[in-house]
Amino acid sequence: MSLKTIGYPLNSWLLIAVSLLTLFTPLANAAAPIQHWVTPSGTPVYFAETKGLPIVDVRVDFNAGSAQDPVGQSGLAALTHTLLDLGAGSDDEASIARKFADLGAQLGGSVEMDRASISLRSLSASDKLPPAMALLRQILSAPHFDAKVLERERQRSMAELKDALTRPEVQANRAFWLTVYGDHPYGRQMDEASLTALTRDEVVTFFRQHYTRNNAVITLVGDLDRAHAEKLTGKLSEVLAPADLASVASIPEVSIAAGKTVQIEHSASQAHILLGLPTIPRGHADFFPLLVGNYTLGGGGFVSRLMQEVREKRGFAYSVYSYVAPMRQAGPFQIGLQTKRDQAADALKLTRSVLESFVAEGPSDKELAAAKANLVGGFPLRLDSNKKLLENVAVIGYYGLPLDWLDTYQAKISKVSRDEIRQAFKRHIRGENLNTVIVGGGE
Amino acid sequence: MKKPILIFVALICAMLGLVRSTLAESQFSDLAIYSQTLPNGMRLLVKEDHRSPTVAHMVWYNVGSMDEVDGHSGLAHALEHMMFKGTPKLGPGQFSKQVAAAGGRDNAFTSLDYTAYFQQIPKEKLGEMMALEADRMRHLTVDPKEFAQEIKVVMEERRMRTDDNPQATLFEQLNAVAFQAHPYRRPIIGWMNDLEAMTAADAKRWYQDWYIPNNATLVVVGDVNPAEVFKLAQKTYGALKPRVLPERRQQHEPEQRGVRRLEVSAPAELPVLVMAYKAPSLRKPAEETTPYVLKMLAAILNGHEAARLNQQLVREQGLAVSTGADYDMTSRGPALFYLYGSPSQGKTVEALEAALREQIKQIQESGVTEEELKRAKAQLLASEIFKLDSVFGQAMEIGMLESAGLSWRDQPTLLAGLQAVTADAIQAQAKALFSDASLTVGVLCPTSAAKPPARRPSSPVRH
Repeated sequence: MSLKTIGYPLNSWLLIAVSLLTLFTPLANAAAPIQHWVTPSGTPVYFAETKGLPIVDVRVDFNAGSAQDPVGQSGLAALTHTLLDLGAGSDDEASIARKFADLGAQLGGSVEMDRASISLRSLSASDKLPPAMALLRQILSAPHFDAKVLERERQRSMAELKDALTRPEVQANRAFWLTVYGDHPYGRQMDEASLTALTRDEVVTFFRQHYTRNNAVITLVGDLDRAHAEKLTGKLSEVLAPADLASVASIPEVSIAAGKTVQIEHSASQAHILLGLPTIPRGHADFFPLLVGNYTLGGGGFVSRLMQEVREKRGFAYSVYSYVAPMRQAGPFQIGLQTKRDQAADALKLTRSVLESFVAEGPSDKELAAAKANLVGGFPLRLDSNKKLLENVAVIGYYGLPLDWLDTYQAKISKVSRDEIRQAFKRHIRGENLNTVIVGGGE
Repeated sequence: MKKPILIFVALICAMLGLVRSTLAESQFSDLAIYSQTLPNGMRLLVKEDHRSPTVAHMVWYNVGSMDEVDGHSGLAHALEHMMFKGTPKLGPGQFSKQVAAAGGRDNAFTSLDYTAYFQQIPKEKLGEMMALEADRMRHLTVDPKEFAQEIKVVMEERRMRTDDNPQATLFEQLNAVAFQAHPYRRPIIGWMNDLEAMTAADAKRWYQDWYIPNNATLVVVGDVNPAEVFKLAQKTYGALKPRVLPERRQQHEPEQRGVRRLEVSAPAELPVLVMAYKAPSLRKPAEETTPYVLKMLAAILNGHEAARLNQQLVREQGLAVSTGADYDMTSRGPALFYLYGSPSQGKTVEALEAALREQIKQIQESGVTEEELKRAKAQLLASEIFKLDSVFGQAMEIGMLESAGLSWRDQPTLLAGLQAVTADAIQAQAKALFSDASLTVGVLCPTSAAKPPARRPSSPVRH
């Protein structure tokens, strides 16, 4: 919690951008080919065996992200996910936490718009992994959703939400998704009213409908063989309820509207600026041209045009970035920066002009070569830990990308031409659809 | 060249009681740390990890913000930014371009104790990176125009990190109150006023004083052959001449005599309470026990969701929205043992402080259970194995130990020290450490001006 170290360009915004980029560019280790099967109970499994460390990582992704929140019930997916390990089967919340700790196992999870994830990291030893997996099965099949615990977690979420809403970066981010996605499920967000209204019955129903064996994908990476992996995932799948997929909403296509500018007052010393619009879903043919092009525009860290113009030449911002994040449906393109409030207008103008000229002209030959050199050459860095491999394999599995995605990744990057980038940017990053959110600053 | 890491892993495994076959020698025989010192005094530490064809290359300078003097706060960090601004061989920004062209990622960070630079790269690019890093160890250009531009970026960084972040502001102020003489009282990023006054000449002097091979440690972890790394290091870093380092005056913090309290008013909704007790940091790993005891105490208070603080204050008493404890035993200067939290709605900061004090009192009077201690140790051992998953994380750990005045050789000693902690020792240290005489209490007081604007942003004002 103490501010002991400060990094040069790393900050929360850049970290967000980097993590989205990681999702954006799934890869797998050639040395650890992905194996795929479906459990007897019907859950797809993606598995990569790695040697060298006595660790096993398991991750279960459910189609139970916040885009599944019914209208007026924003926060339901998140609350349901929070409550999973707070009492299940024969154990109360304290007992579950103590049992995981006794095994040295680490339980994690996250709720994105498209998916709700639960992950478990355990030692592979025979006295550690089986009991840790048993606990995982317990919380995914028999959570209590105790009324008192639910109320407490609602109050905590409320307090954290209210505090978060005072922060300029949070306001900017919420306004961005709302402005870009409007009434689409990607635009919905938990607020005080929706959180207050959630009931235990709604949580129980959401769980029954979404945490099922056919609404899940299991990813497994680490120190175990195929037979062992089949046994573990089979048992896990078996305890999940059978699916009633009719009750799982499919996420509608995104319609792209005319761009808007939203300005929100804030007293912060910096203005937070976000620009963007919906672009492509996962698996889209323009993925690689956008990826390679975005490297030059604002994805390539210090060497990107945005960083060069906004930070290096003008000193306008500490962090400035762009990313494209494909989702189940069209995910956003976003540019973000923050700058001293009285220079917000100048910084925004400069940012827009960098974007406009890039969309018009694309990268130069030299820039394209540099982008490819980094993306192709740096490929192994995306996979050099079990944790990174797990995340990438999970994306491939969840979004149904081809199993040879990794093997062909570098070749696909290498093939991208300047013209393809120009066309892809012109198709997807249209000026008339671009939204702008400015929090703080002022005219 | 030794292989103590084998002993280290064996030690963990013995403690874990893992089945021998899962940890066959062949799996770990390639995990070893090798060390050498170049004739110019630069230390080299190399650890093999052959799971992927990547390498983490780091240079750690034994200089951080604690080596600054008043009026020059933020200088170590500002120079870190300038290190990307070129040499006679390489224009501004070219360093990062070369790293990117090699398929790598580069970055740097400054702490109270050290300044470190790194590249994560495909293994075949290591030699190139070492040549680049050696070039800027000696030949940095500190151009006044570039400096004038870059210091603006640093000011933006300060606004983002601290000025507009109420919790970070609280910690900045807390350090300034907890420490009165020791340089830990100054923020790493620097006071805004010092940043405004800073010149290129200041940065240049800092560079000349501290950026020399005999004040640097190379850490390389990854898919490498140590002998080849040493050869490359001799060719690149080995060519640089050593110099005499400036005198470092010891600045001891005088004994605190009574509670210090401070408040920070800032736009927020949740109050934050931080209680910081002065605590020792680890100096002699084989002889001391107190830091290990405090580390295990922090784990028992805060090591998992059902650990004491969360279980009792958040879950059972409903007093806090969140709470925790933190203690870092490895640092050049003195340490703080933190207790912190945010009260639930309708509860006060005072009630939370009383509850945290009650938690400490319970340990002082009744100690901790064997079960709690055993659990904390199990978590510690597993996390030692989990840490080996990250190539970069392994390099970080080695560098941080060295920067704290300890040695990579101490890793097994630290682990053994932690495992040897007893419940009685925790009770005794709880009695010794938690005294009002060495306590600083900081409170973030939300200002009413913090009220967020209407939730729905205003309608479009411009197209």
